[in-house]
Amino acid sequence: MENFTPFSALAGGALIGISATLLLLFNGRIAGISGILNGLFFAVKNDRLWRLLFLLGLFLGALLFAIVAPDFNTPRQHYPLPLLAIGGFLVGFGAKLANGCISGHGVCGLANLSIRSLVATCTFMGAGMLTVYLVRHVLELAA
Amino acid sequence: MKTNFIALLSGIIFGVGLAWSRMINPNKVLDFLDVTGHFDPSLIFVMVGALSVALISFKWMRTLPAPLFSDRFQLSQNTVIDKPLVIGAAIFGIGWGMTGYCPGPAVAGLSLFSVESVVMVLAICAGFFAYNLLFEKHK
Repeated sequence: MENFTPFSALAGGALIGISATLLLLFNGRIAGISGILNGLFFAVKNDRLWRLLFLLGLFLGALLFAIVAPDFNTPRQHYPLPLLAIGGFLVGFGAKLANGCISGHGVCGLANLSIRSLVATCTFMGAGMLTVYLVRHVLELAA
Repeated sequence: MKTNFIALLSGIIFGVGLAWSRMINPNKVLDFLDVTGHFDPSLIFVMVGALSVALISFKWMRTLPAPLFSDRFQLSQNTVIDKPLVIGAAIFGIGWGMTGYCPGPAVAGLSLFSVESVVMVLAICAGFFAYNLLFEKHK
């Protein structure tokens, strides 16, 4: 537990909650990143610009934070690229099939008291924990 | 115009939140999932932070007739717990555990200019395209 950072986690989490509130309160939209990103390619034409702007904001917000606090987050080095490529594909495919990711189900869905989202969130975590156990401790593919 | 501004603003706040909570650090996410190794419960605190705001605001918003800048709340009406949900969530969880990235941190992680977040975003999009090829061909 040497890396446990409860205060920045709570503060950052609260901002995520505020962001989801703004998007729903003003635009009537759910701040689910996989749905927003997927719609960039597959939504009808006039439903795309806001998605691009939200994703641009996501990048700019993190960039702004990196400029103010340059050493707060540093990029990971030497992680196996095949794991990223295959894992990333599964993240995209699985999010489409489950109709949401951590932000859509884990934040917005839970906030909306959806049992469906609770099942999805618990499954994300269970499958993730099992996978990390295999990758780190059984197959030892990554530290 | 107004809705586009809100989308940008909301994205920026979300991005700052992901960076501040260190969720754009994939090893931190993997440490959360590593319950038998160097377990780090921070991710739960991110969710507690987000939900302590959103549970209250969503409860209030459910009493409103419509959003301020558009005609209706586009919330999922689906309440069925079916195979696609559970299988999709399991596939997602496997990918999440292999990488330490879910879609939000992958996009926000581009701000660190690392090769891996680019690979991750492209791979996620490839997953979307594969799904659409398989299941939404005839739409």
